[in-house]
Amino acid sequence: MRAKDYKVVEREMAGWPVRITSYRIGGTWHAKADNVSPGATIATSRAANEQAALEAVMGKARARLAATRRFPVSAEGRK
Amino acid sequence: MAEYRSPEVLVETSWVSGHAAKPGVRVVEVDVDTRSYDEGHVPGAIGWSWDTQLCDTVRRDIIPKDAFERLMAASGIANDTTVVLYGDNNNWFAAWAFWQLKIYGHADVRIMNGGRSKWLAEGRELSADGPEPAPTSYTASGPDLSLRAFLTEVRDGVESDAIDLVDVRSPAEFTGEILAPPGLPETCQRGGHIPGARNIPWVETCAADGTFKSADELREIYANAGISGSKPIVAYCRIGERSSHSWFVLKYLIGFDGVTNYDGSWTEWGNLVGAPVERGA
Repeated sequence: MRAKDYKVVEREMAGWPVRITSYRIGGTWHAKADNVSPGATIATSRAANEQAALEAVMGKARARLAATRRFPVSAEGRK
Repeated sequence: MAEYRSPEVLVETSWVSGHAAKPGVRVVEVDVDTRSYDEGHVPGAIGWSWDTQLCDTVRRDIIPKDAFERLMAASGIANDTTVVLYGDNNNWFAAWAFWQLKIYGHADVRIMNGGRSKWLAEGRELSADGPEPAPTSYTASGPDLSLRAFLTEVRDGVESDAIDLVDVRSPAEFTGEILAPPGLPETCQRGGHIPGARNIPWVETCAADGTFKSADELREIYANAGISGSKPIVAYCRIGERSSHSWFVLKYLIGFDGVTNYDGSWTEWGNLVGAPVERGA
């Protein structure tokens, strides 16, 4: 068996750049969302069709990204 | 174009395709998402779980020597086996495994350039079978702690300006805008970076397909950030896996001497009471 229909798209979700990778192995569609930089996997999904896999991974990723707190930054603590 | 300092540690997917089943070669997949292996993997590859098999599961530490020997033996790896590591997330945990194999003195360890994503994208053969290798007898050496930095060394090095610290996290983690990569749980009490560190995100060392950039490009990236190899280099990130990726680049692809991985990383420093922290770019 091989991965087929391998695709990578980037989009913004909850204010963060996200890369979504999807492919099919046999009859199962796999989708993975990562946060581009640093590139960590945020969510994965498996489904019987591409749309269901993408919707599931995006739903999970959106919820997790929305919980990320941003703090105001100023240069502090310099030697 | 200059070659990598140690080109033998990097193999292409085409090489793995032709050598994975050969005697004396053991391919190992090490993923962040430990379920990926079960989706399908390089035929003949075994899977290691970074969070249960490549660490001490009681205290925070790398895998103990005796557990490492058992893991290698059960994986059918002898002392003279060629071990080829690959994984997801651009080989983050494959590099983490590589670092530990070197700490325990395994001679022939290689990384598959581009990792799991490149193998999938190229439509190469996958297997769902879990091989059952014949156990071996394995004797580790070391640990070679010249490859690893501990808190006290980092703190002393910062205070005396004796080391070059490379923070390989994203700029938003480095500045303190966020406490963990977007979408992941916060694992530290403070944001920012170790005083004096330069921010050279690991992602800068890779091309779009996940393969490593050329030796010339890598040297330029670090040179532009002021890293020349004139001092010992300490790489760190959040938990030590992204920094093992950059440690691999610095030590084996560029060829700097005296490169260590501070696996305590920001989850250690950023939780220390009273430790100095810099914020901002």
